Amino acid sequence: MRYAETGHNLEIDLARGNIERVETDPKVMETHLGGLGTSIKLHWDRVPPEVGPFDDGNMLIFSSGLFNGTPAFSANRTVVTFVSPQSHLLAYPMMGGFWSAELKYAGYDKVILRNKSPNWVYLWIHNDKVEIRDASHLKGRGALETQDLIRQELKEPRAQVAAIGLAGENRVFTASIEQSRSSASRLGGGAVMGDKKVKAIAVRGTKSINLARGAEFMEHMKGVTEYINFRNANPIPDVMTILSGIGSPQEMVHTDEKWHTENFMWGNARTRRRDFWSKDNQNNWITSQSAAVKRLISCMNCPQHCGALVSPPEGPYFMMKCFGKLTYCMGAYVDDLSFNFKILQRATEYGVDSFSTPQVMAFAVELYEAGILTDADFEGCPSDKEGRFFWLLDRIAHREGIGDILADGVYYAARKIGKGAEEFDHNTIKRHEQLPLKLGTLDPLYFLMYSTNEKISITQIEGQWPQSAFATKEQREAFVKDWPQLPDEKFKQYLLDWEIRGDHAIPYFPTPQMCSEIVDWMEMLHNIDDAVCICAGMSSFCLKPPYHIHNYPKLISAATGMDLDEAGLKKIANRSRNLHRAFNNRRGMTRADEKPPQDHWKRRFPEIEEDLLSTYYKFKGWNMDGIPTRERLEELDLAYVAEDLEKRGILKNGND
Amino acid sequence: MATTKKKVKTIKIDADKCNGCRGCEIVCSAFHAAPQYGEINPAKSRVQVTSHRLKNIWLPVFAGEYAPAECMGRDTYVIDGKEYDECGFCRAACPSRDVFKDPDSGLPLKCDMCEGEPKPKCVEWCLNDVLTYEEREEEVEEEVKLDDVEVGLESLINKHGLAKVIDTVTRMTQKE
Repeated sequence: MRYAETGHNLEIDLARGNIERVETDPKVMETHLGGLGTSIKLHWDRVPPEVGPFDDGNMLIFSSGLFNGTPAFSANRTVVTFVSPQSHLLAYPMMGGFWSAELKYAGYDKVILRNKSPNWVYLWIHNDKVEIRDASHLKGRGALETQDLIRQELKEPRAQVAAIGLAGENRVFTASIEQSRSSASRLGGGAVMGDKKVKAIAVRGTKSINLARGAEFMEHMKGVTEYINFRNANPIPDVMTILSGIGSPQEMVHTDEKWHTENFMWGNARTRRRDFWSKDNQNNWITSQSAAVKRLISCMNCPQHCGALVSPPEGPYFMMKCFGKLTYCMGAYVDDLSFNFKILQRATEYGVDSFSTPQVMAFAVELYEAGILTDADFEGCPSDKEGRFFWLLDRIAHREGIGDILADGVYYAARKIGKGAEEFDHNTIKRHEQLPLKLGTLDPLYFLMYSTNEKISITQIEGQWPQSAFATKEQREAFVKDWPQLPDEKFKQYLLDWEIRGDHAIPYFPTPQMCSEIVDWMEMLHNIDDAVCICAGMSSFCLKPPYHIHNYPKLISAATGMDLDEAGLKKIANRSRNLHRAFNNRRGMTRADEKPPQDHWKRRFPEIEEDLLSTYYKFKGWNMDGIPTRERLEELDLAYVAEDLEKRGILKNGND
Repeated sequence: MATTKKKVKTIKIDADKCNGCRGCEIVCSAFHAAPQYGEINPAKSRVQVTSHRLKNIWLPVFAGEYAPAECMGRDTYVIDGKEYDECGFCRAACPSRDVFKDPDSGLPLKCDMCEGEPKPKCVEWCLNDVLTYEEREEEVEEEVKLDDVEVGLESLINKHGLAKVIDTVTRMTQKE
């Protein structure tokens, strides 16, 4: 019997319409766990570097993790992996919701899609019955709308459906995959799904998942439950409200947006509005939010309520979460929050990433104002800020006129438009739009996370370490007093010594060595979360979370029957990360690509930055090009990867 | 008539607080599995969260008695502007639907309040206080239960009179 995982994947060749239920090798769980870990292995084994994002050979994998469907609170992520049309690297956006648990109850760990369907189809997975069904009648329908239409058509109200909207159908590079209240948004998964002509994947399962030592697993869960209750009752003092609790940032609960609106940039990551949170704007935002939010909701088996059912001022209900609440207002310089609810409803049905898309539109508005785009490009566009954004969104989703160029995202659009448009591409890393942040002094921790992580999206890299130093010694002492999540006690001293100003402040402190250790810890926890599919909001993305390096090995051991200790788990996370990096190196990624936008910080320190990167690479066991050394790969039982990299001339003999 | 005290166990459901996470289904199925907590399958849970997310409907319902036949109840209720099927509130495992039936055996499932535990597991697992366990004592009339033969004889006596029933029974006894 297989424990925690189902032990079967669905392999679907869309060109031939062939569906196979394939038993997986139990050894792969021991070496790569599941979720992102085992998906990376499949991509490494099967997708050579010549394969482009819209080639037949670009595999699209929807994966559950080891804990989906078990009693582990907040195990609800679905990891979607593919070669991204933006970065051309292996992307892994994740969605919450209910889909992965249902897939495991149907008897599968992953759905692996290869090649392209000749006609629009959707997949219907119902236990042992798996069908490729005609979706021609769903073409052009909204991503949320499609989910309900499929449930009605199948007469299966309990089916969980992941779907794309018009943007995905049209291969918009910022297209998302929407599911329930969640979405896999970053790096264009919706475009790859649309390229394969798969409108949706519906799943319903009524089978069992087994745990090796269930009673022991529940004992460990008691501790997790107690800690969740403790953290919900005891927000962390002296940090911003949004960072004080657990779960994803509680954007649907909190109405105080002083911090986001005054510290994040408006427009195309351009303007900081330090006086935005006026009495009038506060009133507007609080009133708009209370009117729109109908109910606070969660994902599968999660006690938090990071999402909401929203009734926008116009149009049908939709579901939303997190930072998308602000991005359209801020991109368009619109002060009235109800605009954001209105446009997000349409954007959700189109299925687009609410980080990247508003930035692409703000970029277009800037180009127009600078005279690089002209009236001819904006023909028919309303002149008011709100109308202009709606118009641009429609053009992008339909790939009409200027929208066809913008649909490729800021990086590619800037190069296609030319005439100096490249100068306005000032907020991308590895060709992907970043959070609209422009700050003062170089932050060494963030420099490393932004530059080096395979995720290319800061909110899913950071989390364990406070975003800035505490002002007083008393605050620091109070913070370190109760910190059971630490992988090593030495981190307490790092925090105690970390000050707001002086030699022990950024950019000099934490030192490059300390930064490497801290970043490594954050990345490790994200990698574990993504393998078991626990939401980062209950683990790697928040301060003092319920899941951490000390309870994870116990939970994984009880669930799977493996005897895994902390060292063993760290090794698996490390293996996964190095294999992912090697996959990206094989596609040409090197040190030259690892840099945040030039204007991300006003005060840059090139020497410190070089030192940071070199120290971090050395710490990770990579050469000075950012490529894992043979020695490191062999330590992680990845000698076959070293051979491949050497054969391709990416890793040169003795070059470490 | 004499009365007696009986312990009544109930779960109060505050559906307005439900965030739709289905944790109750997970823990219920795990608790009732053999070995306990060794298997998870919400389709085997004795509590089911009926949901229609875009209509703002999240409704946990507990499995009650088995009903051998379909009922006539196909009405719809509109509460707070939301439309509910009568079926959605029903606790019965019945021939008209798959809910509250073991997906493997088809046998009906019924909530047993996690007999032997301090409180039902779903109540313990729901951290949003949607489910509240309540125990109360109720005075109930002491019923005098007749057995099947007595029920039959009583109806015969009512119809034919005591004398005729005695005569008939005596005659039948002598024949044997």
